[in-house]
Amino acid sequence: MRVDGTFIAIEVDDEAAEDADLARTLTEACPVDIFAQGDAGGLEIVERNVDECVLCRLCLDASAPGVVKVLKLYDDGALLA
Amino acid sequence: MRFFEYEAREVVKRAGIPVTDFGFTTDAGEAREIAQRIGGPTVIKSQVLTGGRMKAGGVKFAETPEEAEAHAREILQLEIGGHMPRGVLVDPRAEVEQEYYAGIVWDGTRKQPVMIFSPVGGIDIEQVAEEQPDKVGRRHFSNILPLSDFQAKEVIASTGVTGSALNRLVPILTRLAKLFVENDMILAEINPLGRLADGSFVALDAHMDMENEARGRHKRLLTELGVGEEETRQAREATPFELAGEQVDAQDHRGVAGNVTEFDGNLGLVIGAGGGSLTLFDAVRAHGGKPANYCEIGGNPSVAKACGLAKLVLQKPGVDKIAVMMSIVSNTRVDIVARGVIKACLELGYDPAEKIAIFRIPGAWEEEGFKILEKYGVEYADRSVSLNEAASRAVEKIEGAAV
Repeated sequence: MRVDGTFIAIEVDDEAAEDADLARTLTEACPVDIFAQGDAGGLEIVERNVDECVLCRLCLDASAPGVVKVLKLYDDGALLA
Repeated sequence: MRFFEYEAREVVKRAGIPVTDFGFTTDAGEAREIAQRIGGPTVIKSQVLTGGRMKAGGVKFAETPEEAEAHAREILQLEIGGHMPRGVLVDPRAEVEQEYYAGIVWDGTRKQPVMIFSPVGGIDIEQVAEEQPDKVGRRHFSNILPLSDFQAKEVIASTGVTGSALNRLVPILTRLAKLFVENDMILAEINPLGRLADGSFVALDAHMDMENEARGRHKRLLTELGVGEEETRQAREATPFELAGEQVDAQDHRGVAGNVTEFDGNLGLVIGAGGGSLTLFDAVRAHGGKPANYCEIGGNPSVAKACGLAKLVLQKPGVDKIAVMMSIVSNTRVDIVARGVIKACLELGYDPAEKIAIFRIPGAWEEEGFKILEKYGVEYADRSVSLNEAASRAVEKIEGAAV
């Protein structure tokens, strides 16, 4: 799944997004509430908060490499590494 | 924070300065009782936080308690300058031989209080200073070091007052200065200070203004005076624009994006950082610019709050462009503010490059911020451009747009 804001886009591997444990971990990790756990337990991206991303990398650290991608749309889609 | 006259008189009284045997009430019947207790002619004065009471009919003289009651009833219903009175002050009509002026005011340029005295009271001190400058004595004094009677004596004597009057006035001015410092006032004024037939002095009217930020240090005094925590005591009611600014700031806990004051210019300001907003506001005016508002942004607000503030300013009627300027930021992030103000332009259908006259916020995360600004073609400046220069560029741009 991918949600684009004006400045930031968040992309999460579709299969991993169904994992309730990952959803809970990311929800707890993000300081600006970009992630939430859906009713079915899977991950949801909160669209209105995507542009609040502070590029802290906590979501990247909390997930396996490549599962979560943070893209800087103002920088030709550069990936937050 | 301004005080009503009856409160200011109480503060003066507590400082040991003689006052008349006044009474405050919100009830006309009680005004009659106070007048009865005073015995003799009285003055009934509306208690409003605005000037022009006398002209508006908010000050009336009474010969009897019944007349005092009638005047009080009338004055309690009288709106003055958009303000309904808090109550009325019932004051004995003192037989005064001469009216004087005594005041202490904070000098923001010198960062010190200045004591002012004049043997010509009962009128504005500014008028006396203009028409009879030799009748106004003044000197700055330290608000940290102990205050000496001698300082007050020098000021009073410089206006030609001598003898018994000088000796009696010195403790009054000294106590007023102490009261000013101890209560974190920015103005403490007795005008008129009346000299009675027996040579004694009495405060006939007083004005006090306390530094807003110091309210927390004087909770006891404010409670005893009956000043509620919710009372802002501002010079005027907040405008809808200013109230909307409060709502923007209240939308989440992160940082500050508010404290908006409305003006009538065409250059919207999104400014802040450690006193930077005041400096920038002054700089814009110094370059001939006309600010549409004052505001404060800092403490790392969310993108939504920065966006909300910028949208509010952009939508203000008469605003052609906004200038986004701060001194060098450390905890506030340049990129977050940049996102907020650009988003505001985009959501309102404006081209950020057109609407943002200048973006001058150097500091934390500036590389990311500048990338965002470059993408949208917004003119930005780093720390090599002073606040003054940035303000000048903003004014030039808006003047160019107006031609």
